[in-house]
Amino acid sequence: MSPMLEVDGLSVAYGKVEALHGARLVLPAGSIVTVIGPNGAGKTTMLAAIMGLLPARGVVRYEGRDVSGDDVEARVAQGLVLVPERRELFGEMTVADNLVLGAFARYRRRERGIDADLEAVYQRFPRLRERRSQLAGTLSGGERQMLALGRALMTRPRVLMLDEPSLGLAPLVVREIFQIIADLRRTGVSILLVEQNARAALQVADHAYVLETGDMVLEGEARSLATHPRVIETYLGLAAGTRRDSAA
Amino acid sequence: MSPQRLLSLAALAVLALAPLVVSEFSVTLLNYIGLASLVAIGCSLLTGVGGLTSFGQAAFVGLGAYTTAVLTTQFGWSPWLTLPAGLALTTAVAMLLAVITLRLSGHFLPVGTIAWGISLYYLFANVDGLGGQTGITGVPPLQIGEHVVNTGREFYYLVWIFVVLALVAMRNLLDSRPGRAIRALRGGVMMAESCGVDTQHYRAVIFLVSALLACLSGWLYAHLIRFVNPSPFSINLSIEYLFMAVIGGASHVWGAVVGATVLTVLKQWLQDILPRLIHASGNFETIVFGLLMVLLLQRARTGIMPFLSRFLPLEQPVAVPDLEPSKVEPEATLASRPKPAAGEPLLEVRQAVRRFGGLVAVNRISFEMRAGEILGLIGPNGAGKSTMFNLITGVLAPSAGEVWLRGERVDHLRSRQIAQRGVARTFQHVQLRPGMSVIENVAIGAHLRASGGVMGAALRLDRAAERSMLREARVQLERVGLGAELLAPAGSLPLGSQRILEVARALAADPMLLLLDEPAAGLRYQEKRALADLLVRLRGEGVSILLVEHDMDFVMNLVDRLVVMQFGEQIATGLPHEIQANPAVIEAYLGGVE
Amino acid sequence: MDVQIALLLSQDGLTNGAIYALLALAIVLVFVVTRVLWVPQGEFVSYGALTLASLQLGKVPGTVWLLVCAGLATALVDGVVAWREGRWRRLPRSLAFNVALPLALAALATWLAPRNPPLIVQIVLSIALIVPLGAMVYRLAFQPLQRASVLVLLIVSVAVHFAMQGLGLVFFGPEGARTPAFTDARFELGVMTVSGQSLLVIGASMLLIIVLYLFFERTIYGKALRATAVNRTGARLVGISTTLAGKLTFTLAAGIGAVSGILVAPIATIYYDSGFLIGLKGFVGSVVGAIVSYPLAAVGAVLVGMLESFGSFYASALKEVIVFTALLPVLVWLSLRTRHVEEEDEE
Repeated sequence: MSPMLEVDGLSVAYGKVEALHGARLVLPAGSIVTVIGPNGAGKTTMLAAIMGLLPARGVVRYEGRDVSGDDVEARVAQGLVLVPERRELFGEMTVADNLVLGAFARYRRRERGIDADLEAVYQRFPRLRERRSQLAGTLSGGERQMLALGRALMTRPRVLMLDEPSLGLAPLVVREIFQIIADLRRTGVSILLVEQNARAALQVADHAYVLETGDMVLEGEARSLATHPRVIETYLGLAAGTRRDSAA
Repeated sequence: MSPQRLLSLAALAVLALAPLVVSEFSVTLLNYIGLASLVAIGCSLLTGVGGLTSFGQAAFVGLGAYTTAVLTTQFGWSPWLTLPAGLALTTAVAMLLAVITLRLSGHFLPVGTIAWGISLYYLFANVDGLGGQTGITGVPPLQIGEHVVNTGREFYYLVWIFVVLALVAMRNLLDSRPGRAIRALRGGVMMAESCGVDTQHYRAVIFLVSALLACLSGWLYAHLIRFVNPSPFSINLSIEYLFMAVIGGASHVWGAVVGATVLTVLKQWLQDILPRLIHASGNFETIVFGLLMVLLLQRARTGIMPFLSRFLPLEQPVAVPDLEPSKVEPEATLASRPKPAAGEPLLEVRQAVRRFGGLVAVNRISFEMRAGEILGLIGPNGAGKSTMFNLITGVLAPSAGEVWLRGERVDHLRSRQIAQRGVARTFQHVQLRPGMSVIENVAIGAHLRASGGVMGAALRLDRAAERSMLREARVQLERVGLGAELLAPAGSLPLGSQRILEVARALAADPMLLLLDEPAAGLRYQEKRALADLLVRLRGEGVSILLVEHDMDFVMNLVDRLVVMQFGEQIATGLPHEIQANPAVIEAYLGGVE
Repeated sequence: MDVQIALLLSQDGLTNGAIYALLALAIVLVFVVTRVLWVPQGEFVSYGALTLASLQLGKVPGTVWLLVCAGLATALVDGVVAWREGRWRRLPRSLAFNVALPLALAALATWLAPRNPPLIVQIVLSIALIVPLGAMVYRLAFQPLQRASVLVLLIVSVAVHFAMQGLGLVFFGPEGARTPAFTDARFELGVMTVSGQSLLVIGASMLLIIVLYLFFERTIYGKALRATAVNRTGARLVGISTTLAGKLTFTLAAGIGAVSGILVAPIATIYYDSGFLIGLKGFVGSVVGAIVSYPLAAVGAVLVGMLESFGSFYASALKEVIVFTALLPVLVWLSLRTRHVEEEDEE
């Protein structure tokens, strides 16, 4: 079976400065793949490029088809969906409107079942039902993340890309979010997860990549990477200098 | 002789000889081009360089023309007295508009000038004493001594002397301290203000300069045509002046003249042929102008000068000052600020809070820094570190809490005022002017260490100060290892080097407190090591450093103490080895899901 | 001034203010969705008024040729882009909208014009001839500039004004036109005589405002436009393309402009260049709400209408001066209210 998402030789440059060098990544159907790495490694850039938000070189194959020429909206309509790091909610609109707009592409296709999906999102996030007529801009950090996830679910994603879903959230909420990610996979959604919170991400994922200053430096089964010394070192610098000195 | 100078001399020679060989009609056309050039030079400064727009330039031309027309015909003034009167009136109007609109976002200046332009046009047309639509006739010719300037060819020299003077002054201005501040305006207010540039002041200055040039053009126009009526001062003409500046582009001062020439000649030609094509009379050239501008802005937003630059040596590189001690005049080094003694209390943050809507980005953070210390501020993404930087540097005001700098409460101050107190910074997202050379970018950092205004710069009275600023910029660039890239456009450097350039720019301000936001991101190992060495040396010189950085190797080996933030809260403070062993910190970084 | 005159002036002011309010709303809408300061909104007004005037005279309006030409230009641009990118999927839709529709409308107008159809048919036809121009203008001028700064978009906006005004001269000629009043009805209301024409204008404009309100609050496309205005990236991530939002916005602006033109046609003599000043008065109104607030823009526009009406009573020659100078205190007020200077995303 061909993978849901396949990225090959993806490079992004801001002006003359390259922020991502030939990233390669495979997301098999129904799996969770995580890309971890320190801040500034290029994770967000990579997701934005896969989504079509940034001009990039290289191939992005979605369900076996090259979508490099499609714009963001076309990719969304095909089920490739991103929950960005900044959430990008419609702050001056109500929670309910935010969710309904998640299904915009489906309204355009006159698809059925949108109301049922809205109900399902409210079931999953009862807090959003309570706050449905509140403006999105007034929500707390955790509620914003739930709304961003809920809005993404309204698009009926087949591949869901999550950029730092735990960012700025209290540990209890983080656990809840990761529970939802695991649940989603069970409903058949393939998930590409980008995280700073390496332990949580490696625990929930099947396969993992480590990105460092624009380069994929490591990949492997998520469980085995969790204890890999290089990962710990990348994050906290506990093995200060030894490896780098030999490399330099 | 440099190719640029040769080209300028050739252009001057052509200008001087042109009226001797061309027809009377062409001289008239050249006079109009000269008059339009004066206005377009102002538009180019305002729009192309400074990123502001005015739709009231034709009204300023009208102000100059009507002032002299009224004062000469009705009160018998000499034209040489009406010029200062017109300029004074223009100054008053321009400053009023600037005060009203410049605190608002950029698009309110054009909105304000549309209103002013239309109002003035209808005033000209409807006020008794200004002659209504028929205008004022009998404006006297200019007289130089006993000589009356009453032929087109004589007037030509007068107009073009003014144009050339304006061009020279503009070139001088842009290549100076205030000029760099003006060129920094388009890069966003935050960077310029953090270097101590009063952005509102410079926005007002360029608006005033452009208005004065327009007024001068109007004065000349009135004495060339010897008659004024409202129609040449309508808003459509203002739009045409703006188009001239766009066509020429801002990359070179001559662009305005090129733009004025293209548009004036094109208009002449189109007014000739279009009515014949369409079999009707009217201003059909506006269609062509409109479509031409849309295409130009879609396809070649920088105007046609960059295209000409390919064939002509137009770019005059900045004169890089020498660093050899024998060639340095002793008086031409910038004074340095006395640094506080090591250990003296420098910065104190007390219970600082910053909310954005429902989010608390910084929640009751408190720490202090002593002079001669390197303090690391670390934490996972989204912890609120950059917000903390913005609170200290006056970009944001805290929602609660206080910031004290050397015994002075500074949390209500603007970032420019904080810069004046010796605080310099770099940015997480690099903020520089990509089109400007590396050395000029760094010289912006030294803005507060020299003085010198627009007039001095235009007249080139600032060369000693200018040399010392550029020398300082060069010294700092050599110091951070970018000495080989002085004249490269800053945008052409790799991202890591751009961050280092920001460090040099901050150092050019001679700070006592340096705030570095992820300076090592994107650097290679050797470069990181060089940066660490530099920071240690700076500490030795009495500079205190507050550092946000994610590369832990780098941080742990460098800092004296650390403050760790997570979700806007302060979770740990202490020495590097204490922090590395702190379970809360490890959990914050690697996550705590069991 | 006695009460009677004051009431009369107020009635005039309100009538004009209602039209300015429509234009102000269109200007705010275009700005918040596309960041374009839409200076030429008034051009749609003169197009609308002159189209109706032509139809009333039994002549084929110049709009027909304008629409066909603009449509061909748009289809050509779409075709070139499709050819260059080798992606033909969207071209049929472009041809249908930009070539077939204008030709059909042109044929209809040419057939109907000399047959002197009822007023309502003339009005609907006038609006139909102008509405497609909105999306065409967006496609030709602004779609390639979606990432440009507000400054660049503003300069393009005045360039489009130049082109549209010049084209207005070509297609409508230099003569002005004024249509007969829609109704001669008059109502006595105490000391005041209210003209049916005024009531019609105010009523129609209020109705349109209500329809627009319902569109933005209740329909998915209305919400999509609001979403784009609030967060462009967020909108793209749920599949609302910036281009779709832009075309829809300009279509609405053109429609609002055409309706305003039809409402103003019996009130004033309209020339090809009259719209500019009318549109700018809407602009002045919208500045009261800092070009982002719909209710304040509408209030501001009504104030402009009142100011103009009373201004012309006291100093008729200077009424434009009074209206436009009034913007300056508004800017002072705005300036005192803002606490920060926005960042420009330049380059």
